[in-house]
Amino acid sequence: MVEPRADNKLKFQEPKKARKMAQALARALGEIGRAPVSVMHVCGSHEQAIAKYGLRAVFPRALNVIMGPGCPVCVTDLPEVDEAVALAMQGVRISTYGDMLRVPGTAKSLADAQADGARIDVVYSVGQAVELARKSRDEHVFFASGFETTAVATAAVLLANPPANFSVLSAHKYIPPVMEIVAEMPDTRVEGFLAAGHAATITGWGIFERFVERHRLPVVVAGFEPLDIFAGLLKLVELIRDGRPEVANTYPRCVTREGNRRAQEVLWKVFQSTGGRWRGIAHVPNGNLRLRDHFAAFDARRRFKIDLAKLWDYAPPSLAQVCICGEIMAGTAAPTGCPLFGRECVPENPVGACMVSTEGTCRIWHQYGGHLNLGDSR
Amino acid sequence: MCLGVPGRVVAVDGSVATVDFWGVKRAVRLDVVDEPVEPGDYILNHVGFAIRRIPPDDIEKTLALYDELLSVVAEDDLMAADVRGEIDAAEDKKRG
Amino acid sequence: MSPLPSMMTGKIGLKHGAGGRAMRELIRDIILKEAQPLRPGSVGPDAMDDGAALRVGDQWLVITTDSYVINPPFFPGGDIGRLAVSGTVNDLAMMGATEPFALTCGIIIEEGFAAADLERIRDSMQAACREARTEIVTGDTKVMGNGELDGIVLNTAGIAFSRRIVSDRGLRPGDRIVITGTIGDHGLAVMAHRHQLGFEGALESDVAPLNDLVAAALEAAADGVVAMKDPTRGGLASALHEMAAKSGVGVVLDEGKLPLRDQVRAASELLGIDPLHAANEGKAVIGVRPEAVDAVLAALRAHPLGIEAEVIGSCVEERPGFVILDTGFGRRLVSEPEGELLPRIC
Repeated sequence: MVEPRADNKLKFQEPKKARKMAQALARALGEIGRAPVSVMHVCGSHEQAIAKYGLRAVFPRALNVIMGPGCPVCVTDLPEVDEAVALAMQGVRISTYGDMLRVPGTAKSLADAQADGARIDVVYSVGQAVELARKSRDEHVFFASGFETTAVATAAVLLANPPANFSVLSAHKYIPPVMEIVAEMPDTRVEGFLAAGHAATITGWGIFERFVERHRLPVVVAGFEPLDIFAGLLKLVELIRDGRPEVANTYPRCVTREGNRRAQEVLWKVFQSTGGRWRGIAHVPNGNLRLRDHFAAFDARRRFKIDLAKLWDYAPPSLAQVCICGEIMAGTAAPTGCPLFGRECVPENPVGACMVSTEGTCRIWHQYGGHLNLGDSR
Repeated sequence: MCLGVPGRVVAVDGSVATVDFWGVKRAVRLDVVDEPVEPGDYILNHVGFAIRRIPPDDIEKTLALYDELLSVVAEDDLMAADVRGEIDAAEDKKRG
Repeated sequence: MSPLPSMMTGKIGLKHGAGGRAMRELIRDIILKEAQPLRPGSVGPDAMDDGAALRVGDQWLVITTDSYVINPPFFPGGDIGRLAVSGTVNDLAMMGATEPFALTCGIIIEEGFAAADLERIRDSMQAACREARTEIVTGDTKVMGNGELDGIVLNTAGIAFSRRIVSDRGLRPGDRIVITGTIGDHGLAVMAHRHQLGFEGALESDVAPLNDLVAAALEAAADGVVAMKDPTRGGLASALHEMAAKSGVGVVLDEGKLPLRDQVRAASELLGIDPLHAANEGKAVIGVRPEAVDAVLAALRAHPLGIEAEVIGSCVEERPGFVILDTGFGRRLVSEPEGELLPRIC
């Protein structure tokens, strides 16, 4: 029997149970007997939920939860934003998710382009972008960001006869390869991963089995309510304590071993993975999702001549080389160890991924002067 | 990443469902959902697309799993921890 | 390369009008840079309060002005006309001046704007004036060329006389924070409408004149009401940040007490918006001395616009200028929104 949502929400949000989980977590960490134990989540929504519910304040001190490269918007590379800006300045109508509007490119963001007169629409769904194109004779480009979860939606509209004046500029990213990068970083302190529950809804948790075999690090797939996060962390710390590099799924209501086969078919019919830079991190082999040749007609990169050079004439010198986002994400450096932090790199003018997102490590440090101990809730 | 919100299907019209998110209803596309959905089913929505039909049993399964995770810690131990927590809180208050 | 001194470099962006930190910096660093302090004992522009208050004999003359641009001009629950009257009446009321003496109205219209829409807006302004028991006594009209303006811009100014003034900086540790009703209604309703998000369900703006409601609170508590603000652009988060910073206190909110409609909660979850960041146009946040809180709450709840009034937090000595949210799981800092709220995917 299914209860109404109010009831469900209470169950996955019950503070008392969460406190018990936190206690169990502290106990498991105690049994490991050293501190800190560092784990990484690779999902911006995990950071959002941790921040939203104030969970960091109740994590045991021995646990270091590192925010990994899990925000697809933050890791969208400068030239990708530049392409969208250039198209917009060429007079093409751009629609995109709200997250992308203020992400800075080399010379400007889409919001800046809008201020300069470019026509940009913010949409909630790629479906809306298709409808906008259908109602118009102008060229419409959907600037597509997001991980595989979101790429599936883009793929679905391309398979559903979009109008001829619609095309896609893909900045979609694929998560599994970047976990390899982090695991292989020298000096990495990460002892286990909390995998993104909604991306795994598509790919299935089975995809992490090879990763675990190769790197001997446990991976736990977790959901996004407070209890889900505690349960995921608890399971992960238990696997670390017991020296068991395994994949565990603590989000069975949304994730299966096989994942969503239909969505995978749709995804890979339209997209292929290629290597590319993730802002502030590294070149990630197979980390970018690009349209297959069959969909060339809907690929904005092949449909338009995108003149980036014109944009770059006005660009400031690249600071990206100095940025240490990768080390911050790997947990080997703090934001204050970066020469750009708070100087060239500020929230209004970010250089690296960690300063772009409202939940990015550098952004939080800049805004609040480091992690604050706000005390326990009760 | 990937904001996912569960909702309950109230109507299905071809490849589009009307989904109740406990406050507002919205059309959600069914192009990529893993299983056929009917009114009354729960789905997980991401950017206007259903990416998963959530079987009711699986909600219970999740809860059972969490209880199992907690059962490792003996009940008396938890009570002891609760008491410890209260002592800590009282001390915090004193300091506070 | 030299470090950037402040956000105020280069051009004015949309974020400078969004009610948050950027807007305050714009006002402080450019608009008020050369301003001289007003005659002593008055509340002038340097206070950056909801309006100005000038001493006239044994009472105060309160003056405020506000411009209104909203796309679309008609939205569920209201329109730009109702907004323009309510906003200015509310700014007066937040200063403690609950009897708006008169309003003025300037209108700038884009060429091609439908006359019928203008009539609707006029009717709506008159209706809101009747509710607030005030009237528009003078005005001005301009028309600009097609594309030079987005539809219509309204400016209203208001004056009122008052025996007492309530600032937005009178909080001290121990004071309670009261909100007069549900939060985020206006912001989410306009956003869903503007981005054509296709939500079914009654997401409606709360736009309303609050002078009577505020009068009831002031009557109930004499000197117990120590600070007021209307949490418009930037939402409750920005209003509380400003009050906390100006008063030199920290504010701790209890999330479980925040009044929130189911529709607003659902829409904000779908769009990834924090309802604390979403605008309200018919709510007041009131700082109350602890001994007066029961009387104020009872008076608010007896008024039709304050039925859902709630004590949502209290002021503390620690962390002056910060707003902390107790979620029941833990605590977090409440951030201020930067720029216009946009639907998120992650």
